[in-house]
Amino acid sequence: MILLSFLFIPILTALLLLFIKNNQLAQRTALVFSVLTLFVAIGMLCNKVVDFNAVWLPNLNSRFILHADGLSKILILLTAISFPAILIATAKNDFKQRNIFLSLLLFTQAGLMGVFLAGDALLFYFFWELALIPVYFLCSIWGGEKRITITFKFFIYTFLGSLFMLVGILFLNAHTADHSFLIQSFMSANLSAGQQITAFALFFIAFAIKMPLFPLHTWQPDAYEQSPTAVTMVLSAVMVKMGLYGVIRWLAPLFPAAFMAHTHVVVVLSIIGILYASFIAIRQDDLKRLIAYSSIAHIGLMNAALFTHTQIATQGALIQLFSHGINVLGLWMVADIIEQQTGTRSMQQMGGLAKKQPVLAILLVGFALANMALPLTNSFVGEFLMFTGLFQFNPWMAAFAGVSVVLAAIYTLNMVQKVAYGEVSEKINTMQGPNKGAQAVLIILLMIVLVTGVFPQPLFTLTADTLQQLFVK
Amino acid sequence: MNAIIVSTLLGVIMMFCSWGIKNVQAQKNIALVGLLILIFANLAHANAWYVFEYDTKGMLRFNSFGLYANTLLFSLTFIYVWLNGEEISKLSKTPADFYSLFFFILCGISILTSFDNLLMLFIGIEILSIPLYILTGADKKNMFSNEAALKYFLMGSFSTGILLLGITLIYGATGSFHLTDPVIDKLTGMAHEQMLLSAGLILLFAAMNFKVSAAPFHFWTPDVYDGAPTVFTSFMATIAKAAGIIAFINVFGSQYKALAFSWTLLLTFVIIATLLVGNIIAVFQRSVKRMLAYSSIAQAGFMLFALYGKSEIAKEGVLLYAVVYSLATIGIFAVLIKMKENSFDAFNGLSKTNPLLAFVTTIFLFSLAGIPLTGGFFAKYYMLSALLKAGAGLWLVILAVVFAAISIYYYFKIIQAMYFTTGESALGVVPKYYTNKLLIIAILLLVLGVFPNLLLNYLYF
Repeated sequence: MILLSFLFIPILTALLLLFIKNNQLAQRTALVFSVLTLFVAIGMLCNKVVDFNAVWLPNLNSRFILHADGLSKILILLTAISFPAILIATAKNDFKQRNIFLSLLLFTQAGLMGVFLAGDALLFYFFWELALIPVYFLCSIWGGEKRITITFKFFIYTFLGSLFMLVGILFLNAHTADHSFLIQSFMSANLSAGQQITAFALFFIAFAIKMPLFPLHTWQPDAYEQSPTAVTMVLSAVMVKMGLYGVIRWLAPLFPAAFMAHTHVVVVLSIIGILYASFIAIRQDDLKRLIAYSSIAHIGLMNAALFTHTQIATQGALIQLFSHGINVLGLWMVADIIEQQTGTRSMQQMGGLAKKQPVLAILLVGFALANMALPLTNSFVGEFLMFTGLFQFNPWMAAFAGVSVVLAAIYTLNMVQKVAYGEVSEKINTMQGPNKGAQAVLIILLMIVLVTGVFPQPLFTLTADTLQQLFVK
Repeated sequence: MNAIIVSTLLGVIMMFCSWGIKNVQAQKNIALVGLLILIFANLAHANAWYVFEYDTKGMLRFNSFGLYANTLLFSLTFIYVWLNGEEISKLSKTPADFYSLFFFILCGISILTSFDNLLMLFIGIEILSIPLYILTGADKKNMFSNEAALKYFLMGSFSTGILLLGITLIYGATGSFHLTDPVIDKLTGMAHEQMLLSAGLILLFAAMNFKVSAAPFHFWTPDVYDGAPTVFTSFMATIAKAAGIIAFINVFGSQYKALAFSWTLLLTFVIIATLLVGNIIAVFQRSVKRMLAYSSIAQAGFMLFALYGKSEIAKEGVLLYAVVYSLATIGIFAVLIKMKENSFDAFNGLSKTNPLLAFVTTIFLFSLAGIPLTGGFFAKYYMLSALLKAGAGLWLVILAVVFAAISIYYYFKIIQAMYFTTGESALGVVPKYYTNKLLIIAILLLVLGVFPNLLLNYLYF
């Protein structure tokens, strides 16, 4: 039942919000219930979790199964942390029809939770779409100037990808012994090598678009830039993890032979993506685009690590799923505070944040260092493990991917330098600084960064069972 | 049998209604009661309570699929009349005439769902088509309506000719009109009879394609749908079309599947052409009405996958598809009727002026596009699943999916206009109860999107 509450709290709150016209009240309701979800998530970590299993579509042999192992738990925790943080961070931003906005946001949360919990392929597909559709409306209504075309591109891209996945699911369903959609029966489906590769390709297109993997990434920077910040945070902190989650949960266990046959191709594509995104990030002047490209690079590294199929790199990626979410959340929050108060995203017009707003500058530097995977920050743990695994897989690949660390240092430090130091610019001079709530959230996030950086053992323990399933037969 | 007789009687009663009862509202209510009686009569038959029973010498053969299809199509007609009654009344001083034509159409439908003889197929199609020709031309003072009716009539009679020729050739080859006679087995070895049969089947196939507006026999559809009064377009594009598809499945899903080699390839070609023509041309339409006409061609292409599938799941799927597609399309047309013009711009800013109406329209469009949580998803799901189970190549499934993705483009143009474009919508006066009726249809679609079994379970009672 505890798993069911991850779906019901957001959905019921979202429905309730449709009727709350008062902005203040809507904001508070959304916040209270998302904090409740967070508490339930923390409660889940402390207790033993029972699967939820109910009849859904008897004709089709599809069941409503929610299952949580370490991988699900870590992503649920990330989702549960992100939403209150996002709500507090954007509390002061000005929206029309705030209750609808919040309602759609919480529907997205329910979709994400469902994706991470579903133990039945058809259910998984349902939630996969449920997470996407509210985002389409969120971005198209509240986004930037070019929002309609950009969001439509994003939508068609991901929708086409998920339709391919649907064909893959149907294909597997036709080849299972009991014609069910359970992940266990999918695993025991008897597929020839050719069939495995077909199904692998159908699933992988959906995941690759979501991540996004080079060369399917073209929707992402534009979508991040044009979305309202709250949605950008959801997209980059949690939603891109759907693709990686899919790889770990569905791709690797279901099609082991096809997976092993494609490791090199995918790792090379990921590394191209990493380097490509890093180089573009160096050239960016727009703060949001810089973070977007840096995010592509980090996700690419995680994907490369997963496709090495070494235990150590996969462990790193599992931790990094969480760490990257926290870091990118912090970065977006700082960027949003700056953008809201100065009205610009161009780094040339910034400068001197450290003199004017020392606390904000410290927070920015903290997250920036975490973005570079400096030791003592959470990313270091994950990236170190991932690079070790990549090295075991192929030293050359590790070498090329390693360049990205240097590049990350270049663009991140460059960003810090332009924003925090130098002459106090006109725009920065007018800033009032973050409000209390946002500042508190940022400090908590930074604490998580440091604590999990120094003491990552709880995250290892949490994900141990997933790792065991993947590598110990 | 109950349905055929009762629908005919009700048709006659409605005809005389316009003579005795002048109140249009009362005429509508009588039609609704009539439809309920018809549904009841059909359910009675399904539960082995025969009010009328004749020995048809095997010309009609009732099975649970056909009877359930009847129930669903009658119920859809009920929803259609319940929703569109006022609009129908605006077209004539005596709308009872139109209701009477609806009942005759339903009589045709109940023959088409149960025929077991090619002559009955012919009769059913004619009973279905002739009232449709009249309905197309119902807006007597509108030249477009007249043109459309004439076009439809000429093209329709032409295709009926082809149908008859096909039936003749089949009769020549097999010596029987019956679908379930084991005549095909006797034919092995006789080359010229085989050829005659194949030629007959191909002509029959072409004529049926015309009736369901599958490419390359779709040319009449956009013009007729565009010219006909919008209320009747709504009926033609949904219930009449679904009946055509079910008839198609009845012919080619019966014994003629023994001859699958002669038409499966043709069917594949027709389906791909239909999806291609429907989806691609719909993208370029400027009028929502024409876009919906092409969309109905594309959706027919999807429904034809059931014919390809030929399995139980395909039969379940086609019923679900017909219901879900009809509900969504009836809904969209009902919104379109209230617009002062048919362009996409008419929908601009609808979410501001009438948020509830914009919401229900979104659900209808989602359903047509096949987005999960709406009935349209499971409809498409069943079709794709049937295709895979029938052993179709994966390429065909992928092609279908790509076309489904293309359809997003033109359906979402309306959503974009409603939600993201500012402007003055060309919405006329929409009474509150009208929107509420549409809301009920939208909720039905959402329920079917989560529990399609609610509809399909009854197929096995």
